[in-house]
Amino acid sequence: MNDNSTPTVSRAIVAGMAFASGFCIMTVEMLGARILSPYFGGSLSVWGSIITIFMLALALGYLWGGKLSARKPSAITFAAFFIGAAIFSTPIIVLSDAIMESIFMAVEDPRYGSLFASIFLFFLPTSILGMISPYAVRLMVQNEAHSGQMAGLLYFISTLGSAAGTLGTSFYFVLWFEVNQILWGAIITLLFAGLGILSAHYYANSRAKRQVEAVNHA
Amino acid sequence: MRKRALFATAMTAVFCSLPPGSVTAETIHQERSKYRDITVTEVGNRRCLLFNVHRGDRNQTCILVNDKQRLVFDYTRMSFAGLLLNDRPKRILVVGLGGGSIPLTFSELFPDAQIDVVEIDEAVLSVAKKFFFFEETENMKVLVEDGRPFIKRAGIRREKYDYIVLDAFSGDYIPEHMLTREFLDEVRNIMQPESVLVANTFSTSRLYDHESVTYQRAFGEFFNFKLPTTGNRIIITQLEPLPPRNQLVAKAQAFADRLEKYGIPILSYPSRLSTRVDWNMSRRQLTDQYAPANLLRGN
Repeated sequence: MNDNSTPTVSRAIVAGMAFASGFCIMTVEMLGARILSPYFGGSLSVWGSIITIFMLALALGYLWGGKLSARKPSAITFAAFFIGAAIFSTPIIVLSDAIMESIFMAVEDPRYGSLFASIFLFFLPTSILGMISPYAVRLMVQNEAHSGQMAGLLYFISTLGSAAGTLGTSFYFVLWFEVNQILWGAIITLLFAGLGILSAHYYANSRAKRQVEAVNHA
Repeated sequence: MRKRALFATAMTAVFCSLPPGSVTAETIHQERSKYRDITVTEVGNRRCLLFNVHRGDRNQTCILVNDKQRLVFDYTRMSFAGLLLNDRPKRILVVGLGGGSIPLTFSELFPDAQIDVVEIDEAVLSVAKKFFFFEETENMKVLVEDGRPFIKRAGIRREKYDYIVLDAFSGDYIPEHMLTREFLDEVRNIMQPESVLVANTFSTSRLYDHESVTYQRAFGEFFNFKLPTTGNRIIITQLEPLPPRNQLVAKAQAFADRLEKYGIPILSYPSRLSTRVDWNMSRRQLTDQYAPANLLRGN
């Protein structure tokens, strides 16, 4: 039984988690303007800063995630992306005022102020989230022939998640909850996604082991 | 076929609902800025600035070309009711330029006062200069930036203004970060005990309750200023306790002559300044954490 060539986690779980990551990316992005506006205002350039940094972070995440998937793809690494993104998202809640306060004092121009703030708050968690998609493609692909189809399916599902996260956040969540409550919701979602992948992985592993043992006994 | 008939009915409804005056209004300028569509129209002597006309926005500012000093709108005139609380402002801050009639009137009334105007949209500034006779002077400067960081920075520099007009709401999209408790606390930072804050706000929808609760938490009692002729509600408040009615009446009498040529009926204002709570006090206050102003307005 080779752990590396036959991923332990089912395609449905990988796809479901990709949906969750797409959802969380856009939830945080949509809240970005609201987080920055007390310090940098609501001008068009603030949105520009946020979108620029999210795009750059995702771009690098895709690159690194793709690279990592080339050697020993495992469900454990996949789960680590979710847990890592959750951990590195917490500064958006606990450190945002301290970070924005010092940038506000140091940089007069709100365009660059919002750009720097976006880097410090959003770059790391978003690039980790970006690693999920290419890695998920690797986990779902079993042969060359259907690789494009799997990639298409995965983009479909994660982008669907992004659409749902955008709509949910801008139409409803901001009306029902406080910004930090929504952020905690996203962080807990990512954490549970990571833990869910881990438990699916160990469950599948132990079942496989038992099967092997049963065969050996017989 | 049915679709086409429906479309025709809809179009008829749209055209019939236009006010009759708009047929003769001539558009003399139109531009699309970073934030909005700006239109300048003229009917006879009346020249108006409109934002996002096709979305059914109301006029922002109108002037009479043959009587430039006269203020055409109730809410513009109402912005001067703060003079009943502070009649000698030396440093004035106006957030939101529009056609510029509020700062222009201030600069005429108080030529020695220093007036800062904050406007986020540079296109609005150039239109105000080109079509509404607005001019920057030694004492009156326009800063093209967002109002919130401007006020936050002024607070850090310990600058004080004694007359502040918040008029940043175009009626179309509300800058949510300028309705929150934290923002009002920052506004308090640039006020002295005798400074007066005049805020043009919303009188309809659920937002009225939320906004009233927020102002009350930040300032305590405030004057709620409404007129039957306009949908605007002006909040007037200061850090020290509000003056009694007779003091307002005395100030109004002292000012009446000077304000007459602007069409400001200040004598009728004192009886309209109410401290009665006519909103639902159990509504949640707006904060940086919770400020869905645009969504609340729709409900």
